[in-house]
Amino acid sequence: MIEISGLTRYYGDLCALDHIDLTIEKGRILGLLGPNGAGKTTAMRILTGYLAPTEGDVTVKGLSIDRDMVEIKKLIGYLPESAPVYQDMIVYDYLSYVADIRGIPADGRLARIRGLAEICGLGEVMHRSIHELSKGYRQRVGLAHAMTADPQILILDEPTSGLDPNQIAEIREIIRKIGREKTVILSTHILSEVEATCDRVVIINRGKIVADGSTDELRRGAEGECSINLSLAGAAEKEAKAALAAIPGVAGVETGRSNGELRLRLICGGEDIRERVYRAIREKDWILLEFSRETKSLEKIFSELTKEG
Amino acid sequence: MAAAANVMHIFGREFRHYFITPIAYIVISIFLILTGWFFFSTFFLYNQAELRNFFSLLPIVFSFIVPTVTMRLFAEEYNVGSYEILVTMPVTTRDVVLGKFLAAAAFTALMLLPTVVYAVSVGFLGDLDWGPAAGGYIGAVLLGAAFSAVGLFASALTKNQIIAFIIGMIVCFALTMIDKILFFLPGPMLGFFEYIGADYHFQNAAKGILDSRDLLYFASVIFVGLFATHLVVEARK
Repeated sequence: MIEISGLTRYYGDLCALDHIDLTIEKGRILGLLGPNGAGKTTAMRILTGYLAPTEGDVTVKGLSIDRDMVEIKKLIGYLPESAPVYQDMIVYDYLSYVADIRGIPADGRLARIRGLAEICGLGEVMHRSIHELSKGYRQRVGLAHAMTADPQILILDEPTSGLDPNQIAEIREIIRKIGREKTVILSTHILSEVEATCDRVVIINRGKIVADGSTDELRRGAEGECSINLSLAGAAEKEAKAALAAIPGVAGVETGRSNGELRLRLICGGEDIRERVYRAIREKDWILLEFSRETKSLEKIFSELTKEG
Repeated sequence: MAAAANVMHIFGREFRHYFITPIAYIVISIFLILTGWFFFSTFFLYNQAELRNFFSLLPIVFSFIVPTVTMRLFAEEYNVGSYEILVTMPVTTRDVVLGKFLAAAAFTALMLLPTVVYAVSVGFLGDLDWGPAAGGYIGAVLLGAAFSAVGLFASALTKNQIIAFIIGMIVCFALTMIDKILFFLPGPMLGFFEYIGADYHFQNAAKGILDSRDLLYFASVIFVGLFATHLVVEARK
């Protein structure tokens, strides 16, 4: 669907994107993740024709952004960050203006705008001026704007920023619904958003792609590390440590005491060793108070991949 | 075909926008008060049934008024960010520039409409020669369009509307006054600056002479203004 190769963009001396290569398939929801200033917005602006690349090629369905930008724009619906829609227009007038430019025939326009109002929950504010609307509603107008022509590709720059939790849930629901048929690219720095909506995550840092895969793949790929937390009673610290460290697959044991309980943390590789650990404890006849496995959180992976230096 | 339709959609939005906000009414009022006062304050002293007085001051009035019409066209969109939404829809830079230019030019033409009353009242009072009057109005529409192109260029340069206004005003004012400011230059050079000056060509039209050279002049100013606007807007990418 979208092929990006060697995409580079400078703002003066500042390199915002540094030779990005990315292929985006049809019918997926791709999350672009990265700290502020990583290059997410720049990448989206190039895809939508707002900015020109300094170097590199982008093709969308075989069309090149150098030559066929107008054709590409027809395929793409774009919601820029903070949805800067015309403030002085009434919602209905605005959507009808967009429908005109998007070439929706006059006889289908009303039905289309009604449909958009339905999907985006704009029914009540259709005849209000946009500058009177709250941020959440303005965001929905922006989303309706992006979906006006029923585009095959939807590019959303921080679609849920500034919304309250209910609105966030609603917008995510809308995005998931659209993502079943369309290609969606969304940027965010909220990690739970990625987990909730995206099929694939691309993490960008300082203009480079530092990770690419599904959320599960990213977790597994992050050094394949996990840990098991235990709480035992009736066990001597040294003995327990030695016994557990002897289990195949355990790379290290950390111990500590609180409230008379012995707390242990077993560091292990990707292998699932829970059964072995349980058997080892049962053999010793210790009392097991707590047993939990912890995989690396996306937050941790994110901060490791994008930390300074 | 689709491109022409897009120009018309953008034109329609921009033109209607003038009347959604109070700007249009304020600008038209100021324009009519200024021109009305300049015209009628001396009209009865001259005791001549002609519009020359009105037309002789029009370029100066326009060089202040037209930039107020054009200043927001790009600057406001840059500032609010809606420009990003506009250009990521399937339109070309050319569609955007043309649509906005036509809206400003149409608005200045519309602004002239109420002043036809001057011509009609002069016609009642005396024997108005309608040739120069008609020539003057055609010239005024062309002058308004040329200044709109200049103002549009100024607006494309900055996201600050005040700066856009000042740049537009300076360029329009310079185009109007250049041959009068440089009166001390020797004849041939003055002739050259006269040719660059908008006032000279406009006053030709206001005499009722529609020469192809004057038409070509206004067409060139419009073309250069729009082309420069296109370059500036593309360079922002």
